Amino acid sequence: MTRTPAAPAPGAVQPASPLDPDAAISIRGLVKRYGDRNAVDGVDLDIQRGEIFALLGPNGAGKTTTVEVLEGYRARDGGEVRVLGVDPADGGRRWKAELGIVLQSGAGDSQLTCLELLRAQAAYYPAPRDPAEVLELVGLTEKAGSRGRTLSGGQRRRLDVALGIVGRPRLLFLDEPTTGFDPEARRQFWSLIRSLRDLGTTMLLTTHYLDEAEELADRVGVITRGRLVEVAVPSALGGRGQAPAVVSWTEDGVRRTAETAAPTAFVAELATRFPGEVPDLAVARPTLEDVYLRMIGDPA
Amino acid sequence: MTMTEERSLPSIAGVCRTRAGVELKEFFRQRESVVFTLMFPVILLLVFGAVLDYELGSGVSFTQYFMAGVIAAGILGASLQNMAIGIATERSDGTLKGLAGTPMPKSAYFVGKVVQVLVVTVAIVVILLVIGVVFYGVDLPSGTGWLTFAWVAALGSAACTLLGIAVSSLARNGRSASATVTPVALVLQFISGVFFQFSEVPTWLQTIAAVFPLKWMAQGLRSVFLPDALAAQEPAGSWELGRVALVLGIWCVVGLVLCVRTFRWQDRIDR
Repeated sequence: MTRTPAAPAPGAVQPASPLDPDAAISIRGLVKRYGDRNAVDGVDLDIQRGEIFALLGPNGAGKTTTVEVLEGYRARDGGEVRVLGVDPADGGRRWKAELGIVLQSGAGDSQLTCLELLRAQAAYYPAPRDPAEVLELVGLTEKAGSRGRTLSGGQRRRLDVALGIVGRPRLLFLDEPTTGFDPEARRQFWSLIRSLRDLGTTMLLTTHYLDEAEELADRVGVITRGRLVEVAVPSALGGRGQAPAVVSWTEDGVRRTAETAAPTAFVAELATRFPGEVPDLAVARPTLEDVYLRMIGDPA
Repeated sequence: MTMTEERSLPSIAGVCRTRAGVELKEFFRQRESVVFTLMFPVILLLVFGAVLDYELGSGVSFTQYFMAGVIAAGILGASLQNMAIGIATERSDGTLKGLAGTPMPKSAYFVGKVVQVLVVTVAIVVILLVIGVVFYGVDLPSGTGWLTFAWVAALGSAACTLLGIAVSSLARNGRSASATVTPVALVLQFISGVFFQFSEVPTWLQTIAAVFPLKWMAQGLRSVFLPDALAAQEPAGSWELGRVALVLGIWCVVGLVLCVRTFRWQDRIDR
């Protein structure tokens, strides 16, 4: 079913805004059904050019399904979608040449070396990056002559990313790119993503890792049960910016906590009650994780 | 949307060349595929040629007869078995899905596969002929024999390649494709007159074999390697080259239709 631009019925609550023609990705009312279940259930979203957008959500929330509709792998059952101005259902070679896709499943086993794989991939695109430079960018230069199947898990994932960016995409999809990385590899990956951002690449990233979303994303969307429950900058997600701070200290040998919207004044007042330092003083805002767990735990 | 730099897409011919290179490296660097597809018929020829050293009559050695069968079996391996297992593997490990997300023209993938089948088939045929001539004194076909050889091999290879691509869609992954296709191929080889004379196969098995392309490939190739006197031992009393062309042609059409209707670039999404 496609939405027709008919006048809204009388009493319609809120007519959906039209697709944003300038956005890298524009989605209105996206629905994808598996059997009688809506895996994606009415998602609206605009992702601007140059933006890094992170889609957060538990397993089975609809992250990968949404992304695979945008990539053209799955047909949607409802709503309107534009990716770089094109409906993915009609996306041809020229459209695909503008995209880079790092699938959750990754690339398959190969007998080709990393450099050979990148050279072959580059040959499909009109204006590819230099394969050797891409290997450098993902830190696999010393593995250029190694066959794909001999790489470690983290190295393979970096090869997947290399294959995704060698075509010089304007829009890069990264579906759980760092699953299975050790902390060191994850930090290297983050700096790779930042350097791609500096080159002007728009990115849509799905992840389980809240620190990753907070570290990389300009905006975060939380999806659960097929619905996008909130979109915000990471620091404001779930009203984090305005949430009361929790002040905690020790007084008379007892741990005390207080919630306050004015932690500075509270601590100043607290300071007058103690001769020196306030024992074990701590001021905390809810972490992204606190906010996120509350969001996805809450049955919609 | 503004297209800042409207560079043209790479030519389809260029991408086809890239894919052909990829497919050849993938095949020849994988020990399993080289051993099973390339060396298996060679080993068969060496073993059978050494063990079964008898005459069929009319002064024709068994190896002369076996030459046609083992080449047909080699073509079957390079096309049907190779495609069914290779593509099922690439589908289950995400290689195909990855390619489908690139601007690679889909046709280039199949061109690459066809080049792989072609090169492997030629390699098998040449190795088998050289071994046959050098070790077992096999008489090579002459004149129009080569022409028949060429069209039977080409048509049989085309039919089996298309069937292999179609069969790959039935398998869950490469391993299950191998477990299904390998025994079927072996049974077909036994009932299609590869290992011993087709006339010795029970009639009802001959009838079953006659449904599939291998029997017709082997029969067409026998017309090339054996003297016409032995045509009398064929079920119809002749080489039936017209029927060989017809059956292999029908399998090409059936295979093509099945490919077009069943080919998938990703695993089934059954969620």
